[in-house]
Formats: sequence, C-alpha cells, structure tokens
Amino acid sequence: MTGAFSQGVISARRAGLSGRLSDLFWRRPQLLLILMLTPPLLWLGIIYVGSLLALLAQSFFAIDDFSGLVTYELTLDTYRQLLNPANLDIILRTLVMAVAVTVASAFIAFPIAYYAARYAKGRWKAFFYLGVMMPLWSSYLVKVYAWKLILAKEGILTWIFARLHLSSVLDSVLALPVIGGNSLSVSYIGTFLVFVYIWLPYMILPTQAALERVPKTLVEASGDLGATPRQTFFTVLLPLALPGLVAGSIFTFSLTLGDYIIPQIIGSSRLFIGQAVYAQQGTAGNVPLAAAFSVVPIVIMGVYLAIAKRMGAFDAL
Amino acid sequence: MRSDTEATASLPLKIAAGAGIAFLHLPILLIFVYAFTTEEKSFQWPPPGLTLNWFSVAWNRPDVWQALSLSVKVASVATAIALLLGTLAAAAVSQTRFFGREAISLLVILPIALPGIITGIALRSAFSLADIPYSLWTIILGHGTFCVVVVYNNAVARFRRTSGSLIEASMDLGADGFQTFRHIILPNIATALLAGGMLAFALSFDEVIVTTFTGGQQATLPIWMLQELIRPRQRPVTNVVAVVVVLVTFLPILAAYYLTRDTDEIAGSGK
Repeated sequence: MTGAFSQGVISARRAGLSGRLSDLFWRRPQLLLILMLTPPLLWLGIIYVGSLLALLAQSFFAIDDFSGLVTYELTLDTYRQLLNPANLDIILRTLVMAVAVTVASAFIAFPIAYYAARYAKGRWKAFFYLGVMMPLWSSYLVKVYAWKLILAKEGILTWIFARLHLSSVLDSVLALPVIGGNSLSVSYIGTFLVFVYIWLPYMILPTQAALERVPKTLVEASGDLGATPRQTFFTVLLPLALPGLVAGSIFTFSLTLGDYIIPQIIGSSRLFIGQAVYAQQGTAGNVPLAAAFSVVPIVIMGVYLAIAKRMGAFDAL
Repeated sequence: MRSDTEATASLPLKIAAGAGIAFLHLPILLIFVYAFTTEEKSFQWPPPGLTLNWFSVAWNRPDVWQALSLSVKVASVATAIALLLGTLAAAAVSQTRFFGREAISLLVILPIALPGIITGIALRSAFSLADIPYSLWTIILGHGTFCVVVVYNNAVARFRRTSGSLIEASMDLGADGFQTFRHIILPNIATALLAGGMLAFALSFDEVIVTTFTGGQQATLPIWMLQELIRPRQRPVTNVVAVVVVLVTFLPILAAYYLTRDTDEIAGSGK
C-alpha cells in the first residue's frame, strides 16, 4: 500500500454542510464535547444549582421582627433561631425517625434481597425484580393514600385485630405515650409504617445488587470449613453485603429527612423537618428560616455520604 | 451435602421473602377494592356493598380531567427535555474522558439525591427573586430538572455496553458523523432511551413535592390527590382516580422493563 494512496483516502474532505461539520468534529473532539455538554450544563448548572445557591444564601439573612420583611444583611441570627429548643426538637425527631426507618427497612429488605439474589431463577427472578420495581415506581401519593385506608380507625387493620380477638393488644399499643395516639393513622407508629413501606424498595435493590456479587463458593467454603449458618451469615455474608445496605440506607435516610407529605397525612401534629421548611416558607413567610432548616438535611446527608463512601457504598449503587 | 441444602432456600427465608413481597403489594391491591365500595363517608372495612357507580361519577368530574390533562402535558414536555439533556450528558460522559466528568455525574444525580423539598423551595425562591409568574412552564422547569437523571442513567448504561469499534467501523467505511449517529448509535441506544423516557414520564406524572412549590394555583393529578387527601370532598372519587393512576404508571414500567431486559445480546456488545 503506497503512502500516497492511503493519504488520499484519509484526507478526502466530505462535501456538504453535514460532511464538513462531521469532519470538523472528528478533527476537534473537544468542540463536539463542548456542544454536547453545554445544554445539560446550562440547565442543571444555572437553573438548578443557581436556585440552590440562592436559597442557601437566604439563610444568612434574617427576617425583621416588626415588619416581617427580609432584611438583606449578612447575619447568623437565623441559625441562632434554628438552634432554639423547639426547632432542635424537630430536627431530633426527624433524625430518630430516619434512623428507625432505615434499620427497619434493612431488616425487611435483607431476606427479600437474599432470596432474589441467591435462589430465584428465570421466571422467579423476573417476578422478584418486578415485584420490587412496581411498588417502587407506582404513585407515591396512591401508596400514602392506601395506608390512610389501612390505618383508619374503621379500616382493615382494626378489623383484622378484632377478628383475631386482639383488639386489646392494639388498644394497649395505642395507649403508649409518645408513639401511640387516637388511632394508628394519627400516631408515630403509623408514620413509621408508611415511611418503611414507601422507602423499602430503595433498600432492597442495592442490597440485592451487593448480594449478587458475593460468590456462592465463598458461602459454601465457609460451611465446608465448619461454620454454622449463623457464623457464615455474620462473618461472610453480612460484611460483603454491607456496602449494599449502606447504599440503600442513603436513600431511606435522605428520603425520610426531606419528606413532608407522609407526616402531614399520617401522623401526629408534631412537625418534621420537611413540614417545618414548608410551614416557614408558606404560612409563616420566614424564608430565611426555611432555608436554614433545609441546610440541616444537606449537612446531615453530606456527612452521611462521606461515611458511606468510606464503606464502599458507591460501588454498590 | 452442603450444596444440596444450598440449592433451595430454607423455609424461614422463603416466608420472610414472600411476606416482604406481599407487604409491598397488598396495600396497592386494597385500593382496587375500595374503588368499588358503596360507603361514601368513611374508610369502612369490609365495604358494605360494591358498586361501579364511582367510575362514572369520576368520569364526569371536570376537575379530574383538567388535572389529568395538565399532568400529561407537563410529563410529555419534561420527558422530551430530559431525553435531550440526559442523552447529551450521557454521550459526553461515556464516550470521552475529560476533566470534571465526575462532577457532571454528581450534578445530574443531585436533583434526586437531595430531598425534593429542597429542590422545590430553591426553585420557588428563585422564581420569586426573578419575578417569574407560576405557569405550566415553571412546573416543567422543575420536572425537567429531576427527570434528566433517569434518562441519563439508562443511556450511560447502554453507551457502556455499546462497542466503540462499531462507531469506528462505521466511520472507516465512509459514513459521516451524522450518518453514524443515525444508523449506528441511535438504533443501539433507542430502547434504552425509550425505557428512560417512559420512566421519566412516570416520574413526572407522579411528582408531588416539587410541584407543590412550582405550580402556583394549578393542580396536576398528584396535587389534586393531595388536596383530596387533606380536605376530602368525595372519597370514592379519589379511590377511582388512585386506581387509574396505578394502572397508568404500571404500563410504562412494565414496558421499560421488557425493553431493557435482554440488552446483553446487542450486536458488538461482546467486544
């Protein structure tokens, strides 16, 4: 093959606008890259990050007590207000709920994820996959609504307890201080159940992904070397599945921290962070405090993500 | 002997897994029963009687139709925007290496990684700072932002599996960049885009938290449901709408699943 021939083929310019453009992009890939990146960057960078920063900036302003208007002077007053006992109470309540929901989801999710990863084959595998995906993707409000039906005083759960002659158990649970209430739908137990139900699929999927990567031979080897199933679980399976569980907990934790609709519809009247943000920016008209409140989940999640990254959770996503 | 017992799951595991799946599905099935109840004032179980009446009542409610049409409009435009931006970002991130690649992935994922209320309130305060009145477009602006990520995720996964040598072969054989895109890249990523688009549609169709902040007085279908949940007017109509919403969102999810299921068999993927 002569040099002149191959050069002739390679350097032939394409005709027409599209030809010339595609030659240009081939010679300068950076140009194409910039063209591809500009629209998404403009949208996400300006509209989204821009508004986010504008919001965070507002938390350093404060509201004037007399006029009720925002005074645009840099101050930490709003953060001081955030740390008063009533607001700290809201933050603490939300954190406890997020931890409880995360732990409960992990317990319920593990068997499902383990069965789907290890034993389900073919048709059953698809069944389990869709069985998790369908509730994950079906309407959030419809799911909350379903639980309003279930937990209502005249609803199916009360009926089941009555049928099993366990009404007294239900009543005594509802009589408990703090977590009890008039009926399940106005108690913390109800809020907790709905949170667990709605975020559970987010815990199952990464856990299953992590478990699928555990070689079956490791579990068998552990058994062959004399470990009881219990030992195998705690020394082999759980450490290897942990990144998946942590990845799932990112979702359950973050989603619980920011939700304001579930505690509003099912639960007692005591506020969670999301509701506080909503109330402050809406009826109270105190946007700086709302902004300061929304900094709380961002900071908590920042710390959480840093820890999760150390535990290798991002490889399991 | 050990592997014999490994072949099937132990009974407690089966029960725990089965109960977990049942826990995920029974509440949704319950709504289907409630859609036929004759009881109007409470959530009484078991239903005192069954009727088809509420379907026709819901059918004749103009507010339901308005909410539905707004939701469909918003979801369609938001999906189109997400398809465009998500594919572009995915192509850039997966086909080339450049400084700041990780930052782009983070930027795309951020709108759903942060709680929706933060996205919502940030957009709302930005609208009020910029004096933008609430309209169809402010809702779309919010939805487009968090829908990008589902298209992006699907497209990135497919780009990774699509062999780069196919593109090089096409160029070597004389196709220009646009022809390569039209005849090689697009057919390869089409089903992933379709799946991502359907998921984006379902995500937007269902979104309530961001919409409460960017919608003003307009009600999408989820907002309509939220209002009914807080101040119920006619509970059985809400039941019927809930059933319709479940059915409408299930179909795209099923379709998306079947579209992305067998993607390992794409030509050239086994490079």
